[in-house]
Amino acid sequence: MALTEVAPIVTARLRHPDSHTLERYLATGGYDGLRRALRMEPEQVAEEVNAASLLGRGGAGFPAGRKWSMLRKAPVRYLVVNGDESEPATFKDHLLIERDPHAIIEGTLIAAYANQVTQAFIFVRGEFALGLERMQGALNEAYAHGAVGRDIFGSGFSVDVVLHPGAGAYIAGEETGLLESLEGKRAFPRIKPPYFPAAIGLYGEPTVVNNTETMANLPWIVQHGGHAFAALGQGSSTGTRLFALSGHVRRPGNYELEMAKTTFRDLIFAPVLGGGVRGGRQLKAFIPGGVSAPWFGPDQIDLPLSQDEVGKAGSMLGSGSVVVMDDQTCVVRAAWRIVRFFYRESCGQCTPCREGAGWIEKVVRRIEEGSGREQDLDLLLDVCDNISPGLSWPPQQTTICVLGPSIPSSIVWAIRMFRDEFLVHIKEGACPYG
Amino acid sequence: MARLTAETVAQARELMSLYPDSRSALVPICHLAQAQEGWLNPEAMEHIAEIMELTPAEVLGTASFYEMLRTEPVGRYMVSVCTNIACLLNGGYELLEHAEERLDISVGATTPDGMFTIEEAECIAYCDRAPCLQVNHRFFGPVSDERFDTLVEDLASGRLDDDVPPHGVLCRVRREGGLAVPAEQVRAERAAADQARDERAAAAQAERS
Ligand SMILES: Cc1cc2nc3c(=O)[nH]c(=O)nc-3n(C[C@H](O)[C@H](O)[C@H](O)COP(=O)(O)O)c2cc1C
Ligand code: SF4
Ligand code: FES
Repeated sequence: MALTEVAPIVTARLRHPDSHTLERYLATGGYDGLRRALRMEPEQVAEEVNAASLLGRGGAGFPAGRKWSMLRKAPVRYLVVNGDESEPATFKDHLLIERDPHAIIEGTLIAAYANQVTQAFIFVRGEFALGLERMQGALNEAYAHGAVGRDIFGSGFSVDVVLHPGAGAYIAGEETGLLESLEGKRAFPRIKPPYFPAAIGLYGEPTVVNNTETMANLPWIVQHGGHAFAALGQGSSTGTRLFALSGHVRRPGNYELEMAKTTFRDLIFAPVLGGGVRGGRQLKAFIPGGVSAPWFGPDQIDLPLSQDEVGKAGSMLGSGSVVVMDDQTCVVRAAWRIVRFFYRESCGQCTPCREGAGWIEKVVRRIEEGSGREQDLDLLLDVCDNISPGLSWPPQQTTICVLGPSIPSSIVWAIRMFRDEFLVHIKEGACPYG
Repeated sequence: MARLTAETVAQARELMSLYPDSRSALVPICHLAQAQEGWLNPEAMEHIAEIMELTPAEVLGTASFYEMLRTEPVGRYMVSVCTNIACLLNGGYELLEHAEERLDISVGATTPDGMFTIEEAECIAYCDRAPCLQVNHRFFGPVSDERFDTLVEDLASGRLDDDVPPHGVLCRVRREGGLAVPAEQVRAERAAADQARDERAAAAQAERS
């Protein structure tokens, strides 16, 4: 098994039960990265992050350094950390927020310094009650320690960090929806252009939005240098990354792996990782990167966990969540549940998304319940085509945000991979898996 | 006592002062208000509007968008059973069915004693413990039928009072500390620092050429 022996970056501290406390954080090198950053020029810090080629860990995989460079000189700048994590089967930020909040805070401070931001917000999903308590507790400790607030560690740099709780809306994770939510409004994604909040963001001012795991990598990058980070992984997939493995595996969980050096086979089957499909069953299919991603079959299992490679193979690494389905899985039901999620979470601004999701949900449910018709498959593909013309990957977008074009993936690929199973449902008027 | 208590009002004003635009505090204030009675009743929303200088419709307009903010009463314990993909594959719907049977109510309803409400939740980011659920946003998983029954008994008897506060109570840790300097002053200082850095850069440039 070709597992690399790279030391973990964002999970190094988690073996300690008190990893969330300042005491443990300081005992394990905490806030040293910030101290080091504060001795550098802000531009130098940004340069290290650029050299690291750190890809954003929130799903879109945009290089953090490049995003920061778009923050044009302006009198007001904001930093917003996205800890809304609501993508189904993604549970990595949840882990970091509860177990290593100081690392997120330290990363936030480093990013704030590099971008010369004096006001930062950490947006944490409202359902993470313990996470909110841990994060606020850590912020209180950090203020008392002099790591946040006025004149940090005597450097002359000041920044305020406010913890902001969400209130239950998947769409508040989309960055412009997040900003609307943070402004006290409904989390309606904003019409693009401008494509980046770096142009017009929070309160109309230039804003950087980054994922929590992206932030948690920054202390290490400042300490060890961007090139050390870039030396890990392969191609544009640098460093390590958290993969959230769930579904029919023996050992579900979060695994921090060097990017591009491990394959899906390793992740799912290695005894120290997924441990194989549960109950001695066979692998039927897996979702490589969150429920917006096209599915893969067993024949794609030797692909490496690399953004480029998975992209070339017609799907995406997305939020880094891998869902395993065994040979007893009803794919119709699985696809239905995913589209039901989108239907419930569509914000309703765009017709293709709002109406399309509802129609697809109804038709797939009808098939799953045994009252489907043979034309339904064509109907489904037609509705999907109306949401995202061409049914290609990456998908065409007709809507304000990419939630819309994410809807067809599970349906289209389930039909393409398992058309026979859909037909059995329709012909026999029942689900063969009961 | 439908309006906000003096203590909640004080906390709300504190929250409003944290943001460059006080409206940003609306959702956090709704969470606070909801802690009083477990839901946002109309009088509470009117009071929030008063404090924030918004209209009650603006408060309702925002609050009604968010799943966690309740504009109807719910039980002391909101049991949110996840049925999304990872839980579906691990018996999430069977767990939801068991919950309905055990509590003798269907999804969306509250037990007659006002103790429990059941809802079907989307992924709660606890997928490696599927099938899982939250009670008032505190996590439990994996949950077997037996574990569910024990959980319900423990909640009803008060044995879990420390871990699971009544519905509406979210973050029990208050903010301590903060910048305590007006944002304008920070901005002025930063502008000066920016200028100093530009001058340094210009000087370095001049030296090189
Ligand atoms: C529907 C939708 C939901 C999203 N949810 C999240 C989320 O929960 N957390 C997150 O970090 N990014 C989420 N994103 C991606 C963000 O829009 C944004 O790209 C990301 O926060 C940027 O951070 P990064 O560059 O560090 O990855 C979502 C995007 C969409 C379209
Ligand atoms: S695509 Fe869907 S979720 Fe996104 S803005 Fe349009 S309606 Fe809302
Ligand atoms: S799918 Fe149930 S917690 Fe994620």
